Amino acid sequence: MIGYALTFAFGCFGLALLLNIYRIVNAPTVGDRILALDTMVINAIALLALFGILEGTAVYFEASMLIAMTGFISTVSYTRYLLRGDIIE
Amino acid sequence: MIVDILISASLVISGIFGLVGSIGIIKLPDPMMRLHAPTKATTLGVGGALIASMLYFEFVLGRFSFHELMITLFLFLTAPITGHFIAKVHLHLGHKPEDLPPTGSDRPWASYESDAARAAVETPESAVNEVARKGE
Repeated sequence: MIGYALTFAFGCFGLALLLNIYRIVNAPTVGDRILALDTMVINAIALLALFGILEGTAVYFEASMLIAMTGFISTVSYTRYLLRGDIIE
Repeated sequence: MIVDILISASLVISGIFGLVGSIGIIKLPDPMMRLHAPTKATTLGVGGALIASMLYFEFVLGRFSFHELMITLFLFLTAPITGHFIAKVHLHLGHKPEDLPPTGSDRPWASYESDAARAAVETPESAVNEVARKGE
């Protein structure tokens, strides 16, 4: 039963990732593009967690922690750059 | 058996919420509406996936791992911050200050107030006066 649910969750997050790529390619404003990138990072974290369940190892959690940190920093620095024209004042 | 059902339910719910969040940023019409979908639904989706992972490692493989809790905590702390910053970007790039609804005071929206204007208004005496006025 876990196997079927895992496959379903993989499909959902994979489809979500494709939709995010579509949004990044044609976004109406630049804020939407940043939002889609941020969502993409979160979906990638979810995919890595699911992959950890599939493989039964804890190695992928280190990777998803790193991706979470870099995703947060990159989103903040994008938005800071758009707001202030400068990242570190 | 119960654990299997719990893990499968969390996985299915997390998948549905993650998909809804990503459909939301494509379907919703307004930038501020589009901001809601990923910051709420996708965060809940990834939280469900991490809860399922925790339950699986604890009860099926028999070894507890608290990495998922750390990731969940980190995501739940940072999602509001990124949402706030992206909302500010939408405000500054997509709206003029005079299009926004009135704030109910003579000061502009906080995001548009210049640092000099804010410093001129928010002296320590005025802060005390504000507290006294609100206490009435």
